[in-house]
Amino acid sequence: RPPLSIFLLLPPCLGNREHNNRIMGFLSLFIVNKSGGLIHHRPLGPNAPQIGTNEWLTIGSTFHSLHAIAAEASPLRLPGNKNPYGADDGIEEIHAGGLVLQCFQTRTGVKFVVTAEPGTPDMEYVLKEIYVLYTDCALKDPFYELEMPIRCELFTQAVDNLIERVEKNGPPRR
Amino acid sequence: MSRAPSNILDRPLGGRGRGSNSSTEAAVSQSAFAYLYSELVQYHQSRVASISELERRLESSGYGIGLKVLELLSYRSKESKRETRLMNVLQFVSANVWKSLFGKPADSLERSIDHADEFMIVDYEPLTSTYVSVPSDLGQLSVDAFLSGIVAGVLDGAGFSARVTAHSVTLEEGETSYGSSNSSLPPRRDKAVFLVKFSPEVLKRDTGLER
Repeated sequence: RPPLSIFLLLPPCLGNREHNNRIMGFLSLFIVNKSGGLIHHRPLGPNAPQIGTNEWLTIGSTFHSLHAIAAEASPLRLPGNKNPYGADDGIEEIHAGGLVLQCFQTRTGVKFVVTAEPGTPDMEYVLKEIYVLYTDCALKDPFYELEMPIRCELFTQAVDNLIERVEKNGPPRR
Repeated sequence: MSRAPSNILDRPLGGRGRGSNSSTEAAVSQSAFAYLYSELVQYHQSRVASISELERRLESSGYGIGLKVLELLSYRSKESKRETRLMNVLQFVSANVWKSLFGKPADSLERSIDHADEFMIVDYEPLTSTYVSVPSDLGQLSVDAFLSGIVAGVLDGAGFSARVTAHSVTLEEGETSYGSSNSSLPPRRDKAVFLVKFSPEVLKRDTGLER
């Protein structure tokens, strides 16, 4: 099975759920460390596909390689640094038939990837917030080893709470 | 005429705080403290062989701070008499010491029903375990042992030697921590209970004073 087809896994067609006139549809979160190993994966909604652990590991390392290749293959190097929070190269978004994938790479090479159904609002906000939760709940935890799989209960709880909050109220309006 | 010390180690920590005391109090970010404390825990963890030894090391790290906090607060307070009664020194710890260290008094001070020499100080949001997730193979470890070391230092310095241990107790139904200061973190599922067990001579002396 060619690797790229992994990204086109379609969620079961239950249609877009609506809640308070917002289209819900976060699917999954996965986090890849700077060497390409998967350190976290989590379903974010009921439509998330069931993916086995080994497949998740494959997805993680494949995405890592594709991200690196895309950075090299880009015909344009943007002048200056347009992204104040993270690295400014590599895959940022993939739009496929049944899903949208957004990736945020930090300056240390950790990649946060969120997939969602097309039309889901606030993906970028959620991605940034998950990064903040990672710095709070994983990096400040004395029992978390860097680059290892994230087993911090506080992190998983916080991510679930975040998704719940965003689906109910949306991001805080400035 | 005094000049600000030029050596960075002699200068006060942190920049100006926010709020009403910003002109007099220096403030350090909670993140900075969290990272420093996380390193302290990791440092000790790499040198111990058991959970209880780790807790004991954290307690002894906090003990020295307790002695100094007692000196500082006594020096700064308007009271010129030192506490000689048990209940008063416990009130001092749960109100004054907590307020000066964490900005708010301890959430409750209780006396144990089963043992006359045991008291409990409860904190719903201990500073040392805000971001900590204890893995299941470390069982009952409480990283707040550092705070219990501080309490033990204060009590020992005041002449009330006690054994203080930190326990993580699951919150009961209906018990909630008062509005989390950090709204992005999920509400805590447990509170920290500091069990203070006084030495028998302290109890004897205190009951003797009662007459």
